[in-house]
Formats: sequence, structure tokens, C-alpha cells
Amino acid sequence: MKAALFDYERPDGLDGALALLSRDDLSVRPVAGSQSLGPMLNLRLVQPDLLVDVSRLPELTGIRRDGDHLVIGASVTHARLEDGDYPDVTGGALARVAAGIAYRPVRNRGTIGGSLAHADPAADWVSALTAMGASVVLAGPAGRRTVPMDGFILGVFETALQPGEVIAEVRVPAFSPAARWGYYKVCRKTGEFSHATGAVLLDPPRGVARAVIGAVSGPPLVIDDPAVFTDPARRDAVAADRLATSSIAGDPAAIRTHMVALARAIAQVNP
Amino acid sequence: MTKTITLTINGRRVTAQVSPRTHLADFLREQQLLTGTHLGCEHGVCGACTLLIDGQPARSCITYAVACDGRAVTTVEGLDADPTAAELRDAFSAEHGLQCGFCTPGMLVAARDVVLRKPDADDRQIRVEMSGNLCRCTGYVGIVNAIRRVLDARKTNAG
Repeated sequence: MKAALFDYERPDGLDGALALLSRDDLSVRPVAGSQSLGPMLNLRLVQPDLLVDVSRLPELTGIRRDGDHLVIGASVTHARLEDGDYPDVTGGALARVAAGIAYRPVRNRGTIGGSLAHADPAADWVSALTAMGASVVLAGPAGRRTVPMDGFILGVFETALQPGEVIAEVRVPAFSPAARWGYYKVCRKTGEFSHATGAVLLDPPRGVARAVIGAVSGPPLVIDDPAVFTDPARRDAVAADRLATSSIAGDPAAIRTHMVALARAIAQVNP
Repeated sequence: MTKTITLTINGRRVTAQVSPRTHLADFLREQQLLTGTHLGCEHGVCGACTLLIDGQPARSCITYAVACDGRAVTTVEGLDADPTAAELRDAFSAEHGLQCGFCTPGMLVAARDVVLRKPDADDRQIRVEMSGNLCRCTGYVGIVNAIRRVLDARKTNAG
């Protein structure tokens, strides 16, 4: 449980970090709270030559309102999102998701951007931010680009990040006051990684009726169909159909667990 | 491949050379000889190594010492004079909140966080908040009762 040798730099600004991340003579990984990368390093599942610490970069540690979006720096911790010292636009949904991530000592250091870049399909932000319709802003040698969450997570530990890029910000669209958020994950033990996740956002004034099935050993499954909120038979049929072509196809118990997670998330938004 | 870090450990300013791969718990135990911080799983699951970084609980096995440059680290040894930790030590003793003691340093740090951050916690909330710390003697009832005792005493004293 000791990491292999690696070097470490903590540049003062994002430009310095990007310069280090663009080196192609070394395998370089950005690191923030090291709550996912740390275990991977200790287990020697990853063995980079150089870690670039982005946890203190001023460009990545702020939270601000930008029109109808909340913009969260990639190095903002789960604990800060849990505690709510920001102009929330989600009616408490961000805080609720954050509070359910692992354990407080992990949340004090783990970051929203780190969790997304790590891209464990069972991670809370992967499913929740997809259901919220968030997008990620990636900074790289060629400038910035914005990628919707539905399209950022490509597979297990696989994202749209290109070599030299780092997540700079997460943009979360403001919910309307009428929005209803549902989130349910199946865990045998509090704080462990989810076995099945349901995340749903019903926001009629904005025309949003999105259901997400997560922790499917691949990208989250997005269902944009208002009928799944009102018709349980339709919900089960659509979910079964999508799960049948997912990575967990052929595992009836897992499929059933995911259908239950979705049903329980939807039950939270239906009065 | 070493880096120079300067940090505060239990109120004492320390400058040291560390290999970037050395996690904070190994640095404290082997270079600073502060063996109160225990190592169980070394991948962030068991909570035995929980300590305070800038006053906030953290896993010292998946936090690298090099990343703590400029930070203030408090281990269980640094909580001798802390009033909340003192109340918890008495309560752990009274409620038999430890058996072999291996998990206890992490339990005390996590329990202190519960007392300070969730003063109105019921027993279920205590269990949820403490679920990141494993006791392999399975002495959870005593641990929860010890935290309950401190929370109740604080309410009585405040009321």
C-alpha cells in the first residue's frame, strides 16, 4: 500500500499547471484532494511520473453565480458544497448529493472536479450532475472548451479530457422554484460506492424531465421522457430497454437493482 | 526525488525533506515519530489514520505529506489539551468505547468532529457520521454511547 515513486509540483497558477500537464516526455496527472487518485496510487494501479497539484489554484477554487448558472471551481471540495456557503441554484440538491459522498474526512479533501475526472461510474457527481444538465469547462493548451456532462463521461474511468487538459469549472444550470429533485443510491453500507443510482430532475417551467440511471459500469443512462415520471409501467419498460443494452445487460439482479433505484428516485419527486 | 515542506504539527513548526510518494501518516509515524496515528487499510476505507488538517478531519493515508506544505496538522497527540477531546476520552472510558484501541485515534478525531459539527445528532445520525471509521472489535455500541454521552452532557450544561 505504498505508492511507486513520483515527482510532485504545485504551480501558483493555472497557466503553470497547464504547462506542466502538457509535457509529453513524462506521464503527468493532475491531482487535487487525492481521495480517489490516492488509493489508486497506493495500490499502484496508476504510476505517473509527475503529479501536478491543482488543489490550491485560485482559478479552480471559487464558486460564483454567472447569469442562470452556478459556476463551481473544479477544486471545490464536497464538504464545502455540503455546507452550502454559496448562492445555491438547485434548491439544496447540490448539498444533499455532496453530503452523501463517502465520509466527512474524505469530503473535506475530495473535489468535484477530481471526482468527475476520475470518472468512476458509481461516483455521485457523475450521475447527479448529468441529471442536473451540468457541463464541464476544460482548460488546455488550446484554450477552453465546454462539454455537457452527457458526453463528458465516456466509460469506466474514461472521459472526454484530452492530453494536457484539466477540468477548470463545473457549470450547473439554475433550477426553477418549481423544480423537484430525486436521488437514490443503493449501498449496503453508508458512504460506500453506489451499486445502483437513480437521479431525476423534474422542472416543468424549464421543460426538463430527465431521469438518469447511474453506476452501470459505463456512462450514465439518460432518459428524457416525461412519461416515466407519471407511468410506472412506462418507467420500467424504458429502464429495462436501456439497461438491456448497457454494460450490465445479462445480470438480472443488477438490472433489477437499477430499476428499483430509479423508481425510488422518481418516487421522491412525485407528491 | 525529495521536496522540502514546512508545516505545523501539533503547534510545532517543522521543516522536513519528504519523498512525494510518502503519505502523511508515514511521514508522521516514521519521520516525526508520532505513532498515535494508526494505519489500517492505507487506501482510505478504515478511518484509523484520521487526523486534522487545518482543523478539518482528513485521511492521512491518502493525503501525501508533500501536499501539506503550509498546513497545520493535528494528530491525536495534539489533542491532549483540547476540551472536546478530553470529554470524549472520559466518555470512551466510561462507555467502554474501545477494546483493542487500534481504531481509537481515528474514532476520537471523527467523534470530535461529530460533537462540534452535529451537536443535535440523534443515534442514527451519529452512526451515519461515524460510518467512515471501522472498529474490528465491533465495539460500535460503546462508541455511539460515548458520543451520545458527550452530546447529552453538553446540552445539559448549556441548558
